[in-house]
Amino acid sequence: MTETTTAPDSGTPLIAIRNLKKSFGSNQVLTDINLDVRKGEVVCVIGPSGSGKSTMLRCINVLETPSGGSIVVDGMDMTDLDLDIDAARTRIGMVFQSFNLFGHLTVRENLTVAQIKVLGRSKEEANHTAEANLDKVGLSEKIDAKPGSLSGGQQQRVAIARALSMDPDVMLFDEPTSALDPETVGDVLQVMRSLAEAGMTMVVVTHEMEFARQVADRVVFMDGGVVVEEGPAKDVIGNPKEERTQNFLARVLHPGQLG
Amino acid sequence: MSTPRTTNDGGETGRPPTAPQAVATPKAKMSRRQKAKISRGIQYGLLIVIAVVVALMADWPTLIGTFGRVDIAAAMFPEVVTQALKNTVVFTLLGFALGLAIAIVLALMRLSSVGVYRWLAFVYIEFFRGLPALVVFLVMGFGLPLAFPGFQLPKLYIIMIALALVSSAYMAETIRAGIQAVPKGQVEAARSLGMSSSRAMFTIVLPQAMRIILPPLTNELILLTKDSSLAYILGSSVDGRELTALARAEIVNTANLTPFIVVALCYLIITIPLSYLSRVLERKYGSAEAGVK
Repeated sequence: MTETTTAPDSGTPLIAIRNLKKSFGSNQVLTDINLDVRKGEVVCVIGPSGSGKSTMLRCINVLETPSGGSIVVDGMDMTDLDLDIDAARTRIGMVFQSFNLFGHLTVRENLTVAQIKVLGRSKEEANHTAEANLDKVGLSEKIDAKPGSLSGGQQQRVAIARALSMDPDVMLFDEPTSALDPETVGDVLQVMRSLAEAGMTMVVVTHEMEFARQVADRVVFMDGGVVVEEGPAKDVIGNPKEERTQNFLARVLHPGQLG
Repeated sequence: MSTPRTTNDGGETGRPPTAPQAVATPKAKMSRRQKAKISRGIQYGLLIVIAVVVALMADWPTLIGTFGRVDIAAAMFPEVVTQALKNTVVFTLLGFALGLAIAIVLALMRLSSVGVYRWLAFVYIEFFRGLPALVVFLVMGFGLPLAFPGFQLPKLYIIMIALALVSSAYMAETIRAGIQAVPKGQVEAARSLGMSSSRAMFTIVLPQAMRIILPPLTNELILLTKDSSLAYILGSSVDGRELTALARAEIVNTANLTPFIVVALCYLIITIPLSYLSRVLERKYGSAEAGVK
């Protein structure tokens, strides 16, 4: 494992993962993951499927309960059983591979339901926030639509707006474009790119190498439940040191070539 | 016609690609259309023969005299509608409402993380699903008052509770299946937005589960309408009779079976619109979950 070379805007990390372990039964999925994410940083996590990158992401907001180690997000110890986990999660936005919009609610309700019921915002305030965020993802005209009538790419942008409506400190993306038709991927990536430019702290599990190369401050390559290599995108993707990273990137970047 | 791809390279020999050869297929003795026509003809013919045989064998005068006496049917009105039909509907709706409430609690117990709740709900459901409704009515109506001398509920309550006990066991399983049919991602999304697990259940999961289970619940309402006929075994005052009780009383009074036909038609008046409603709901919501993945 190489040492981190991070941007100078240091201080205490917004997310600090220490010796994170996760196993499902006897199957050890994560082994001693260590990762820091600083405020405003965009970290892309890449790696083959089954490498544990999604599990690692889901441990950050404790959708998966870690088996060991610690995760501190903005000073909150996420593994502490006395922590108000619901309150903590409102500060961590999450975007899923399969969107998971609430199918029985309109786009507006999708964006306001948690603001009103969890944050206790007034209906007007929630609506105002929802409209602003929907505008950010370029879907203002869909505010009264049902999710089922939207394309995959539109649903994912609504899902991003829904997470943003809680005004989170950090956004987690779990393979946000993997379930999309190729022609809608660009719109979603564009939204994420402008989010990154606006200074949002982001952890993105992705297979989009071009996006990682251009947007990520740092790229983490995981394989077999460990962090194999991490560093600036141009190093990890452009000039990987580890053999496993090289093999993976060769397969992903040149899928047509055999061997 | 399987010509290897490599040899069928058109212009190479200048020979046009061979067309599928109709001459090669053996000419069928009958076209498919003719066969279908004959098959349909045989089926209709069979139906007509059976109808004619039954019609000829039946003893029509006796049949009409026993089941179709217009005067007896006419004499049942308007009470059959204003009392009996009304009572059947009231019993059914009360039983259904209480049953639905119990069923939701049972379904949540079945999905609880507390083992004792899961076990209790399981036992309840297996028990009442396995009992004939008749037995439940007998125990509620006669068994409990004997066992607990103070146990004296109005008949309406007994009927309502008995129907609720029977229907809740079935509906609990339907609701549980509906809850489990809502994709897990819905709960994860709700939790990631900071909702507690019970809030996620009530604002996100249950409303979506209800759409899935509306058609089967309507079906349960139909079954319950018919189960309400068991109320007759509890006996009742004249104005407390539902359809079946009224029919039995009228049969004794008139020594004729026509009241059963009248009552049967009344049940159909309730159940046919319900099954229509069930089909409409199924069309509307059956595949509407495509948007939720």
